[in-house]
Amino acid sequence: MSHVANSKGRGGFIAGFLILPLALYLTFVIWPYVQTFGYSFTNWTGQSPTFDFVGLDNYSALMKDEVFRGALLHNLLLLVFVPTITILISLFFAFMLNAGGRGGAGGVQGVRGSALYKVIYFFPQVLSLAILAVLFGAVYRSDEGGLLNGFLTKLGLVDPAHPIEWLNEPNFVLWCLLLVVVWHGVGFYLVLFSAAMQSIPKDIYEAALLDGAKRAQTFFKVTLPLLWDSVQTSAVYLGIAAMDMFVLVSTMTSGQFGGGPDHHSEVMATVLMRNFLYFGKAGYACAMGVVMLVLTLILSAITLRATRREHVEF
Amino acid sequence: MGSTSAHGEHSNGEGFGRRDLIKRSAALGLIAVPTMSFLSACASGSDETTKGNESKVAVTKENPFGVAKGGKLDVVVFKGGYGDDYAKAWEAAFDKKWGTTSSHLSTQEITSKLQPRFNGGNPPDVVDDSGAQQIKLDVLAKGNQLADLTVVLDAPSLDDPTKKVRDTLMPGTIEGGMIGGKFVALQYVYTVWGLWYSGKLFKEKGWTPPKTWPEFMDICQKAKAAGIGGLAHQGKYPYYINVAIMDLIAKKGGLDAMKAIDNLEPNAFANNPVALEAVEAIYEIVEKDLLMAGTNGLTHTESQTQWNQGKAAFITSGSWLENEQLKQTPEDFDMQFLPMPVLPGSKLPFEAIRAGAGEPFIVPEKAANKAGGLEFLRSMLSREWSTLFAQQANSLTVLKDGVDPAVKLRSGTQSAVAALKAAGDNTFNYRYADWYSEMGTELENASNELMAKRIQPKEWIKRAQAAVDKATKDPNAKNNKRS
Repeated sequence: MSHVANSKGRGGFIAGFLILPLALYLTFVIWPYVQTFGYSFTNWTGQSPTFDFVGLDNYSALMKDEVFRGALLHNLLLLVFVPTITILISLFFAFMLNAGGRGGAGGVQGVRGSALYKVIYFFPQVLSLAILAVLFGAVYRSDEGGLLNGFLTKLGLVDPAHPIEWLNEPNFVLWCLLLVVVWHGVGFYLVLFSAAMQSIPKDIYEAALLDGAKRAQTFFKVTLPLLWDSVQTSAVYLGIAAMDMFVLVSTMTSGQFGGGPDHHSEVMATVLMRNFLYFGKAGYACAMGVVMLVLTLILSAITLRATRREHVEF
Repeated sequence: MGSTSAHGEHSNGEGFGRRDLIKRSAALGLIAVPTMSFLSACASGSDETTKGNESKVAVTKENPFGVAKGGKLDVVVFKGGYGDDYAKAWEAAFDKKWGTTSSHLSTQEITSKLQPRFNGGNPPDVVDDSGAQQIKLDVLAKGNQLADLTVVLDAPSLDDPTKKVRDTLMPGTIEGGMIGGKFVALQYVYTVWGLWYSGKLFKEKGWTPPKTWPEFMDICQKAKAAGIGGLAHQGKYPYYINVAIMDLIAKKGGLDAMKAIDNLEPNAFANNPVALEAVEAIYEIVEKDLLMAGTNGLTHTESQTQWNQGKAAFITSGSWLENEQLKQTPEDFDMQFLPMPVLPGSKLPFEAIRAGAGEPFIVPEKAANKAGGLEFLRSMLSREWSTLFAQQANSLTVLKDGVDPAVKLRSGTQSAVAALKAAGDNTFNYRYADWYSEMGTELENASNELMAKRIQPKEWIKRAQAAVDKATKDPNAKNNKRS
């Protein structure tokens, strides 16, 4: 082994392949991060090439910024609920599709038509977030023309003269957005979990059944432990999505780059963009960017560590 | 948000051509310098209207900038709420007069399409630098990219050669185009703000357009009795309802009340009975349930369309409304402009309106056909071209009496012209939203809460004053003073 790695000719050959991608990565990924970090110590406006060094002023202002703190809280709330709800629903549906059927091999097959369901469940994933925002904008529309309001009015639950202004209600708006993310994500994670479930040998299930395991026991004792790697990866991805949320919030809610009503749906990315492009406080916005980066890194590390388990081989 | 350009609803879905590709890669800086200097070298080699030849064309009274016949003219316009038909009509007229060949580009992506050209020294000759993606004017000015347009102001007017162009403009136009003490942008579109209603609906119901606040409330009540909303507003963008609130303050308290807000005075809102009365008046609409159902959560197009369908008596907006709603407005709608009705004891008359110039047109300093660009701007300030704009874009220009009375305009534009005439010198325009965007946003948030009945007028005043006090810490607060 070692003489291969040490071989100069081969090393140079490999380096030759790596140098261009590495240079591109350094220029277009790492360098902007470094720049952002640098700008976060300045009072740069984003519209002129001149700025002054202000030290940690931006960071101390950030500590006192109630809007940003509120946004951070919303992100953390989403961080708890988006992965949990999405993964639970996906797992449930995936289990039903793969091992929820009756009869036959004793519960080791999916419900009837499961192949078709998988395709249907995947549909939302095909839509881009921008389209989703328009689609759900129509669902949550604040007058009778909205799908939800129209439906509730027909049922007599909502007074047509006072429809529910879903995205303009401080107590609803975040949950309305959460629902869109979950609706969008479930299909994808369902297909992911389902693929993982299918790779579990049927013998294991049959053995469990012979030992008298019920469906719930099979799920918790067999399926879930064997799926743990996929669940863990999903949690990280969904966590990162919950830390972002920019597209949905900025297009669906009121305010410059969204966040309304009165900051009740604010997330860090919307506060950042408003400060960067609208208020001309680019240095301050860069400080927010750095905080977001650090938080996302910490969260990924924690998630990966907390969900670390012994890998089950089969 | 002040202009129609704000929301970018009118995407024209252009393809992604080879030219775009080159321009985009140029933006990445990969080929910017070599290609662009190469291109501009080509251009100056073959083009007859470059600087070298300019001096050969005699400068006359009819041709004050020395435009060469038969050259090229490169025009780029923002394609927003005004469309781009007006620009095509202008270019045709220009080509006919000067024998030029105009190239026309209309886009919403002003920055991404033009930045590489400015950097490469190959900018167009005339640019309508507007919309959400406009290149910031102060940035261009600092880089010496903008031609001084004072020469246009001092050139003879096309309609009356005894007058200078500067004497034919609406008040505020020149101030609106000054950056760093130089006149570099022609803010071409004159906008009026206020309420709008359907002449047809009012005729049917036998309502007279209100002049005072009690009359206005009375019609709102009648509208409610008829099963429709009194006032509609573009709830997702509280900018619009703030027009109503702030106009009431300016009309009741006079220009001093307006300046107190723009100048961030400690009693701009707090302990100011005028401000409280204005906010309470608006809140009365909410309290008496006279808003169009659901209007607080609707976008501008949604609420305007509902209003077009007769679901509300009034809506707040600027004069871009008619063109923005062209497709949704029924044939016989008879759109009409109405100045904000006045509260009892108001200092300004009912006829007073908020009005101001927007939509900046510029000529780049390094334009290949700078003379042509300047002449193009001078032509825009002729009655013929101004009328063309009013017809094609259904909006007014900064040219005084700039619309030929013989020309039939759409009802909304016509009523705005009449209102502007009636207002005379009684126009006003707030500056705080341009000067202090953060304060503007906080006022909008407060209004959103007020309209949703989540806060009371007193709380609105408290929040507004807090926003004003915060804005005094802005480093620009020292320079932004009006008297």
